[in-house]
Amino acid sequence: MTETGNIIFDTANRIFDDLSTPEVINAAEEGEWPKALWQAIEESGLNLTWVPEANGGIGASLLDGFAVIKAAGAAALPVPLAETLMAGWLLSKAGLEVSSEPATVGLGEVQYVNGVLNGTINAVPGGRSAKQLVVVCKDGNDWLVAQMATDQCQIAAHNSLAGEPFDSITLSDVIPVQSGVLTGGMDADSVQAMGALIRCVQAAGALSAALELTIEYSMERVQFGRPIGKFQALQHSVAAFAGEVAAINAAADAAAEALSRADGVVDHEAWVEIATAKTRLEEAVNTGAAVAHQVHGAMGFTYEHRLHHLTRRLWSWRDEYGNDTVWAKRLGEEVLSWGADELWPKITAVSNA
Amino acid sequence: MSSRFRFPHVQMPPEATALRKEVREFLAEEIANGGFVPMADCWASAMSAEFSRKVGQRGWLGMTWDKKYGGHGRTFLERYVVTEEMLAAGAPVMAHWVADRQSGPQLIKNAEPEIRDAIIPRIVSGDCFCAIGMSEPNTGSDLASVATKAEKVEGGWKVNGTKLWSTGAHGCDYMITLLRTSPLDTSARHQGLSQFLIDLKAPGVDIRGIADIGGQVHFNETNFEDVFVPDDYVLGEVGGGWNMVVGELALERSGPERFLSTFIVLQEAMRLLVNNPTEQTKEVLGQVVAKIKTLRRMSLGIAGLLQEGASPEMEAALVKDMSTNFERELLEKLRKVLPQNILATSEGLLPGLLRDGILRVPSSTLRGGTNEVLKGMIARQLGMR
Repeated sequence: MTETGNIIFDTANRIFDDLSTPEVINAAEEGEWPKALWQAIEESGLNLTWVPEANGGIGASLLDGFAVIKAAGAAALPVPLAETLMAGWLLSKAGLEVSSEPATVGLGEVQYVNGVLNGTINAVPGGRSAKQLVVVCKDGNDWLVAQMATDQCQIAAHNSLAGEPFDSITLSDVIPVQSGVLTGGMDADSVQAMGALIRCVQAAGALSAALELTIEYSMERVQFGRPIGKFQALQHSVAAFAGEVAAINAAADAAAEALSRADGVVDHEAWVEIATAKTRLEEAVNTGAAVAHQVHGAMGFTYEHRLHHLTRRLWSWRDEYGNDTVWAKRLGEEVLSWGADELWPKITAVSNA
Repeated sequence: MSSRFRFPHVQMPPEATALRKEVREFLAEEIANGGFVPMADCWASAMSAEFSRKVGQRGWLGMTWDKKYGGHGRTFLERYVVTEEMLAAGAPVMAHWVADRQSGPQLIKNAEPEIRDAIIPRIVSGDCFCAIGMSEPNTGSDLASVATKAEKVEGGWKVNGTKLWSTGAHGCDYMITLLRTSPLDTSARHQGLSQFLIDLKAPGVDIRGIADIGGQVHFNETNFEDVFVPDDYVLGEVGGGWNMVVGELALERSGPERFLSTFIVLQEAMRLLVNNPTEQTKEVLGQVVAKIKTLRRMSLGIAGLLQEGASPEMEAALVKDMSTNFERELLEKLRKVLPQNILATSEGLLPGLLRDGILRVPSSTLRGGTNEVLKGMIARQLGMR
């Protein structure tokens, strides 16, 4: 991490610790916007982490931004900070202005004809919490990035497994506030890949946090006269969990680094690394969430306990931007295109490593 | 979390690219000339002294060892490149594997200078091979319970007992052997153990092969009957064997052989799978390649830690546990998408590789520390023990 990165990371963690409390997260699920939390995020500029200083942002590196996203995952942040950063990334890749309001990206069938947008996008994370919506759509041979206010759209509220907005948004003859052509040879699939990467990074943070809660609880909870963490059966479950945490962190970091090397463009190498991470996420989430709940027992199954803030997000993120089946098949097609003799050279070619 | 296990991101040095190319060309040439036929689990079941000598001549043994001892003074990452290329190709690296991985470093650190100077250059040239003497008939995971003993006699030690599961001992020159040099003290079980370098040609040493479930003989039982070991052949301090073994196990568990033992099966299976792949085939290939890439990144992180001079005991335990499970999982997934009764065909390498892979893989999660022992180490690192 760079020195700027360390400062941003510390700031982020301080804000998240103070203002993303279990009470705030529960209230957000009830529909109460965490005003103080978002305000602190705006004041510190975390929402503009990736925006160059010249344009009023922090100008942090991509990897510094991903460190913030990982921390946001660990904090089960109940505001669409990751989505806002993703929207900013997408706007900047089309040479557009990035606003500081909460924003999100909608991926779905959107038509752009005669300067207006039409279509319905399902399962938009952050949906009704966002002020701005960014979409990608075909414009002739180009992929167009278009931004509009969510006020310009009809929103049908739905919730994700985590109780977060997961809305259907309908665009009827919406005139975008701004639009531009997506650069770097990217398309809608590239944007989906970026979303997948962000989910992997968040999940890496959330799984790390769930592991810490689990270890802590296992050493506090006494049964049969000793902490349950002293039982070998439980130690082995938690050890497997720790392995999964290390693995998803490794995979997510590798993908973020590949994107960083490509200057934020989802090029082929970055795409392969992202496909790897999103495919790998399934087992990490399955094992991690299962062990975390098993160790926490009935206590961790209550709404009152904060564990579900992490596990419910993990179960949702596992599916968002393409689940593991979708990504494994895509990666498998890629591997088939390499063939037997190029399999090993391709595996070792990545990142000069 | 990050403080519990550390996997630094590794940047391969530029010279590694040229080295990788060189190794690949060497391997391709060897295969083309009939020098070897690719094998599953090659590092523990494909022994060729001739091949190992060629590897030594290329300068690919003792790569990280200091030049003043006869090593090549190269980085752990360069060694990683060589070892992973050999493993991925299924090359017959078994003869030199243990000496290059752990015995050499142990000797450099703890052998008497004359012994070290006599043996290290021969390991480096691929002319001297070593075996591990840790397990015994009544000692497996509980290594401190070793009963094979060394008694002090004039000018040396007299060794009696039996070592078990020493892979490749039948083709090795020496065995680094963990022996009890004073009686077991149940309140200090790790004391009274010492490491000895034993010449396997010495009188009183009897090596007998043990067939594995595939009927093949790769590991051995070694009996020691009044074997005389000169004082010079004690490694380090008498009684200091435990810590040496712990250090050696970190090296033993740290490398890419823990996730690549069955890779060659995947590579050869791909020749079939590329034809009219089903959706299930695509999914399986995506899943296994995602795992290989992730494990490799972690494994490279361990090489990075070794390069820093750290002893990545805990990281190695964590990665070995996951990696060896993966070696089995890879075969389980592949058999779902390969044609039925493939073993009844004789075309190409795949049937043999698949058979060997399946029959060898139970060993993956046992050798070098069972996964249960490893999970115990991980739990200790997590503060639960």
